[in-house]
Amino acid sequence: MTGHGTSGTETGTGTSTGSGTALEVSGLTVELRTPRGRTPVVRDVGFSVRSGQTLALLGESGCGKSMTAQAVAGLLDPVAEVVGGQVRLGGRDVLRLGRRERRSLAGPQLAMVFQDALTALNPVYTVGSQLAEPFRIHEQASRRVARNKAVELMERVGIPEPGLRAKAYPHQFSGGMRQRLLIAMAVALRPSVLLADEPTTALDVTVQAQIMELLAQLRRETRMALVLITHDLAVVGEQADQVAVMYSGTVVESGPVAEVFAAPRHPYTRGLLDSVPAGHPRGSTLPSIEGSPPRPGSVPTGCAFRARCPLARDRCATDLPPLVATGPGRASACHYWKELADV
Amino acid sequence: MSTHEIGNANANENENENQSGPAAEADGTQSARAGEETGRAGLLRLLVADRMAVAACAVLLLVGLCAVLGPPLLGDLAREQHLRAVKLRPFSTDEGWEFVLGSDSLGRSVLARLVVAAGTTLSVAVPAVLLSLVVGSVWGMWAGFHRGWRESVSMRIADVILSFPSLLLAVVVLYVFDPSVANLVAVLATARIPVYLRTARAESAELRGRLFADAARTFGTGNWAIVRRHVAPIVLPTLLTVAAVDFCFVMLTESSLSFLGIGIQPPDVSWGLMVAQGRAELQNAWWTAVFPGLAIILTTVAMTVLAGWARMAGDPAQRWRLTVPRKTRKGERP
Amino acid sequence: MSETADTAGTADRAGTTGPTAGEPLLEAHGLTKTFRVPRSASGSTRLHALDGVDLTVRRGETLGLVGESGCGKSTLARVLLMLERPDAGTVRYDGVDPFTLRGKSLLAWRRRVQMVFQDPFASLNPRMTAGELIAEPWLSHPDLVPRSGRERRVRELLEMVGLRAGDARRHPQEFSGGQRQRIGIARALALNPEVIVCDEPVSALDLSVQAQVLNVLTELQTELGVAYVFISHDLPVVRHVADRVAVMYLGRVVESGPAEEVFTAPRHPYTASLLSAAPRPPTAAPQDGRSRRIVLFGEVPSPTDPPSGCRFRTRCWKAEQVCADTVPADEPAPGAPQHLAACHLPL
Repeated sequence: MTGHGTSGTETGTGTSTGSGTALEVSGLTVELRTPRGRTPVVRDVGFSVRSGQTLALLGESGCGKSMTAQAVAGLLDPVAEVVGGQVRLGGRDVLRLGRRERRSLAGPQLAMVFQDALTALNPVYTVGSQLAEPFRIHEQASRRVARNKAVELMERVGIPEPGLRAKAYPHQFSGGMRQRLLIAMAVALRPSVLLADEPTTALDVTVQAQIMELLAQLRRETRMALVLITHDLAVVGEQADQVAVMYSGTVVESGPVAEVFAAPRHPYTRGLLDSVPAGHPRGSTLPSIEGSPPRPGSVPTGCAFRARCPLARDRCATDLPPLVATGPGRASACHYWKELADV
Repeated sequence: MSTHEIGNANANENENENQSGPAAEADGTQSARAGEETGRAGLLRLLVADRMAVAACAVLLLVGLCAVLGPPLLGDLAREQHLRAVKLRPFSTDEGWEFVLGSDSLGRSVLARLVVAAGTTLSVAVPAVLLSLVVGSVWGMWAGFHRGWRESVSMRIADVILSFPSLLLAVVVLYVFDPSVANLVAVLATARIPVYLRTARAESAELRGRLFADAARTFGTGNWAIVRRHVAPIVLPTLLTVAAVDFCFVMLTESSLSFLGIGIQPPDVSWGLMVAQGRAELQNAWWTAVFPGLAIILTTVAMTVLAGWARMAGDPAQRWRLTVPRKTRKGERP
Repeated sequence: MSETADTAGTADRAGTTGPTAGEPLLEAHGLTKTFRVPRSASGSTRLHALDGVDLTVRRGETLGLVGESGCGKSTLARVLLMLERPDAGTVRYDGVDPFTLRGKSLLAWRRRVQMVFQDPFASLNPRMTAGELIAEPWLSHPDLVPRSGRERRVRELLEMVGLRAGDARRHPQEFSGGQRQRIGIARALALNPEVIVCDEPVSALDLSVQAQVLNVLTELQTELGVAYVFISHDLPVVRHVADRVAVMYLGRVVESGPAEEVFTAPRHPYTASLLSAAPRPPTAAPQDGRSRRIVLFGEVPSPTDPPSGCRFRTRCWKAEQVCADTVPADEPAPGAPQHLAACHLPL
């Protein structure tokens, strides 16, 4: 933690609406209907991504990062409901659009890649026909043209012998190849924003590297904005430009990855970074965050992290810390972030 | 409908810590030892909270009481013929309280006969169901747990029994032997064993590969002990639900046999026999068949409800659902 | 570090000597295991899960077992726990082959080797309480802990793994993933084992919880002197806990040796590519010699029809004809007799 000359400069906010902003989310709140009443699972989440950049939504399981992505993509399950906020995509608030208009955006504007590539592909159709589908729907392409485009697409995502493999079924592909297919399908219509929900979690390390390379290459080629939803700090550190760290349904810290990782300004981010085994002597006790995240139904008052926080004081139990700018492009939701910055 | 179920599936990420997740797919009653002191009172409280389960309990209690107290108290009344009060319509007490559910073609009180028949019916159905349940489930768990030839042979035997019409089997056996209650029970039980055998085999074949069964093996736990500790507590609730439904089937089969004259022999009377006898007079005295039929249905429904409740109450992962007001958990029921 | 106790080797794990001087406790030689599978694309019906695996675990040390999915590391764990019988090869535990044991001596052996499973959800019977789960092993070993002392021992074990004594009455689904894994560890400890095989014990856990569980494991080792076989695909984690590592690829150990040597100077191309492919931890500066990333092409071939010769040759950038023709033998590194690699063209 080097002193970063941080205090004082309260100029730019985390969500600068610059020229190339492809996706801007603000105040997004999602509630889940449960037998015990409505439970907020995403609370006042905001972030923005510029074209050609990668934003990582970083968080542990249950922090609401997938729910956020689903809300943005309009893929929420019926029991979950967006109760507030804006999702601005190409200047329009997607949440206010009708179902039909919204659907027309899926593909050319916004696309999503899921974690589980096997269930995301239909097992009874050949991959060629599934890849041709977006062209048939959005561009009213003829069967043959769509088919050719599908083969082209398979070649682009690095599937060997695409002409031949287009006639194969999803189960005939390996895990990594299936993920490539899903990515191909997502980027078919050259979306301006691609949401990737844990795209490599189910894959082996050596294959993970291949898929991340592919995503980075596609992003460079098409200048699309990539939102990478992940729990893997190392992937974020390597792939993302910006990071938004989520905890218990809300963003607790955001900013450029290099800066955030070098000098975190929220005790949760700090704790996460410290618990990475690398960099600690072998066999030594790893610093860890005591306890476990609160359940969505029973988030404590004030700061959700206070029960596990080394900095927690009385104020944390009463006042919910807002996400405030802590420097150019950086923001933190901690009352005492300055103490971390000064260390 | 099942909004919550979807919710759980989708909110898995969020509610993982909660009740869904892998634990939810295994359901049923408690392992024998679990929560003995804390459990009893808690279970009773859960039962009282569920109105349907309480009603089911009441029905079964009533049927049980009838079965025990009926024959000594109303035995004579059930046999007494009032030839002047033949086919009395139900719901009037003009001829006395005993005819509140009408009388049959011989002028016997339907109410008294219903009460007395409860005893006979249960004395056939309960042992038959229990016998097939015990034999079928133990056999099935054994076959499923060991796989291989034991499983194949068991399943072929089950197929043979199932492919043979159970009624025909019963007819043959009961013509050859005496149509006594014991023989009736034996025949009915044999015919139903494959139902439990198949269910138990399928579930235990799946459970034997579960990690907690593997874990038990690493402690050096023997096969039977694993079946007892890890397979049976999870399979049994499902089997109990099957048994509750099967109860109805056994009662109706018994009635068919009685109708053919090889089941319960008059003057003994069972609900099935009453239905069978009343069937002939459905046009002019519907109540003689409908009331015993209702009794069968009511008993079966009560058993199913209670089995469903027990299945949920016994599963620590599902028990919380019972504390939720009933309206919100529609569609959760099996 | 003196010879005060037989397990003293663990007390000073971060010491200078590297691998501890513990005696070999568990030795496996030439373990081979194939499974029958429905006919695959190539017409083969045999899945080669293990193919001649050699392994040594010393008293009180941690052996890290690294590899991608399908490399046979879980099958190896199951063989070591006698959940599977190998087709060929031997296991020696203190010089005794456990597969020949029966009855009482087999039970006694079971006590000495225990396992922590990957999935903390599936490995705990949801019907039982934490207390019952931890006490379960004693049902098969009733003489180990007297009936009257069991409740106290359960409380002790719970506290040892960082749970509260009062948690004994709760059911597994009331715990979070990390807490469940602690229950699994407490259960493995119930029989006072000498070796615990941990099959991906932290890969289902979140990072912040992962550190807690790793700490519990290291503390227990210092305290009890238990040896671990630590199976994982996560290199930073293995690097943190292991004294020695063995890298597996398609059913074979391709490289093994003292952890630091293998991680800093890998000799097998596969190890090198694994190390290079693993995303760099955010705190580590862009560093040491592996700035050029090796991205392998393709994926692990199917274990139903593995390549001839060296199993890795289909993805290896150095492969030559000899790699297809002959199976490479384990060769020690120059100057490091413990550091073995099975490669014709070591790095």
